[in-house]
Amino acid sequence: MNRVLPILTVLLAIVVIWYVAAIGMNANWQNTLNTRAALTNVPFTDFAQQTWAQDRPVLPAPHQVIGEIWNATVALEITSKRSLAYHGWITLSSTLLGFVLGTALGVLLAIIIVHNEASNRSLMPWIIASQTIPILAIAPMVVVGLGAVGITGTVPRALISMYLSFFPVVVGMVKGLRSPEGIQLDLMRTYDASPWQTFWKLRWPAAMPMLFASMKVGIAISLIGAVVSELSNAAGGGLGVRLLTGSYNGQTIQIWAALFIAAALAAVLVMVVGFAETAVNRRMGARPA
Amino acid sequence: MSQLQFFLALVAGGLSAAAFALSVVTPFEQGLLLKAFLALGFMSLIRFFLPLGLWADAALALLGAVALLTTIGAFGPTPAFFWMALVGAWLFSWLFVERLSKALAPRLSDNAGLGLLIPMVFGMALLVIWEVVTRGANVPPVLLPAPSMIGAQLANSAPILWADFVQTFIKSVLPGYAIGCLSGLVVAILVDRSPFLKAGLLPIGNFMSALPIIGIAPIMVMWFGFDWQSKAAVVVAMTFFPMLVNTVAGLNASSAIERDLMATYAADYWQTLMKLRLPAAGPFIFNALKINSTLALIGAIVAEFFGTPIVGMGFRISTGVGRLAIDLVWAEIAVAAVAGSAFYGVIALIERGVTFWHPSVRGGRA
Repeated sequence: MNRVLPILTVLLAIVVIWYVAAIGMNANWQNTLNTRAALTNVPFTDFAQQTWAQDRPVLPAPHQVIGEIWNATVALEITSKRSLAYHGWITLSSTLLGFVLGTALGVLLAIIIVHNEASNRSLMPWIIASQTIPILAIAPMVVVGLGAVGITGTVPRALISMYLSFFPVVVGMVKGLRSPEGIQLDLMRTYDASPWQTFWKLRWPAAMPMLFASMKVGIAISLIGAVVSELSNAAGGGLGVRLLTGSYNGQTIQIWAALFIAAALAAVLVMVVGFAETAVNRRMGARPA
Repeated sequence: MSQLQFFLALVAGGLSAAAFALSVVTPFEQGLLLKAFLALGFMSLIRFFLPLGLWADAALALLGAVALLTTIGAFGPTPAFFWMALVGAWLFSWLFVERLSKALAPRLSDNAGLGLLIPMVFGMALLVIWEVVTRGANVPPVLLPAPSMIGAQLANSAPILWADFVQTFIKSVLPGYAIGCLSGLVVAILVDRSPFLKAGLLPIGNFMSALPIIGIAPIMVMWFGFDWQSKAAVVVAMTFFPMLVNTVAGLNASSAIERDLMATYAADYWQTLMKLRLPAAGPFIFNALKINSTLALIGAIVAEFFGTPIVGMGFRISTGVGRLAIDLVWAEIAVAAVAGSAFYGVIALIERGVTFWHPSVRGGRA
């Protein structure tokens, strides 16, 4: 209870600030509307309610966004092009594919780097440098380029997610696979363990905490990659496309609804990784923290 | 010689021998340098009887790279032995790196110069392979232009690239980054005084850091207009939460015994903050600064996809894709890459100076 109360208070404060800000930011347009309708002396409570119920508000009130999400998911058929569930699924599928590929690539690279000094020295600086390149910014271009050679659909978007998510996994796994201490490695040697056995029975289990920590970062970042790479192709669908069309048409409620869905997806994905971590920890006999 | 080195030497030499045999049938004067490289590569098999220094492999790899670059297009359709030579040259460079890192391994710290050589060889090899493959196999430039084409475009459109750089980096990224990081720092220090606020804000801040905040770009463009203000606003929103979370964690980094010492000195809150807790939070704050340096550039460029005046890196990239001017797009990416790496590098350098006491810096590894 001690932890929930402060969070709830802060959340409540955010919602209150939001409603107040919505009055302020939408007031200008509402004044124009009321002048046109020759409404004068609107009492403040009515005026506030008007600002929370505009069609294209500068800042939609939370209940409008939630209403839009409800209308665009539950109230629509799932196959409809306007359904957020449909677009969310498109984003989710490229996120997951990219995340799985990125994690696999990251683990593989980490294993090579830990076992081979030459690749450690030649790859690590470039892996770190590769992340200072704002690759996310050219994601739409990569999608267009791959589309020119006939690779379309989920795969090019998943490639962007893969590129973004492999990095935390490599860095985390290199740290994790190197975490066994010399004394433990020596013990494996006294057991006459083969390199393979040392890997499976010592290094791999020792790297698990780092793997899950970096997978949490990786899955959040691959969702971002998926959303941004959708910006180039308005016909392809996805939450990024909802953002783009919303911004072209001034449909602010639609933008916020897509944003909320993306945020919820990110939260759920990180939680799923967290559950997997707990399950693996329990199987490996770790004491609950 | 380790097992891996043995195989690398064997395959590289054997491949050169086979490629040399294939190349003999072409007219003698065609691609002379390439043939010389193949012959020398063939002769490197002598190492199994007579030890060859590792610099011999370096020379072979270098000769191979030069030979490949100069003989692209010398043969009508690119022959098979050309590709075999490419693989051979790559294997020689790998062998060189493998041997060099083995030679360096026993003394890790006192060879910064030679240690730098290894990643540089990797980068050069990547560039050479890129150049040779795109030009040798006639990859359409729309798909992937050769590095030389990108370089030429960089030189040709320098004024455009500079204008874009000023618009995106100087006008959008830097103010947004400064405001976002500073406000994150200030809010963290304020929040730190109230355990209740800290308990409430920290989980939400952590959660927000994982969200695709970049999605607010279209909203910011609507609120703040097309020019740099909206991009700076996106950058502020993106950099704020990592800074907040890291600083709050960093302010707790000083240990109880150190804080007790400050208490025995009768230091007040501000003295403790300025002389103990903020310096102790340095590594955390710099961690956030480094994360944010990449985030800021990404945020500004992506925000430009949603509407911008007719200048800016994001604008150039999105219109370049539309016009299929891919070499200009790649030149823009190169600028972004250099700007991003330099930004990161500058912050890493400042970090070394400011947090010189931290074990990660004293150990010689940033």
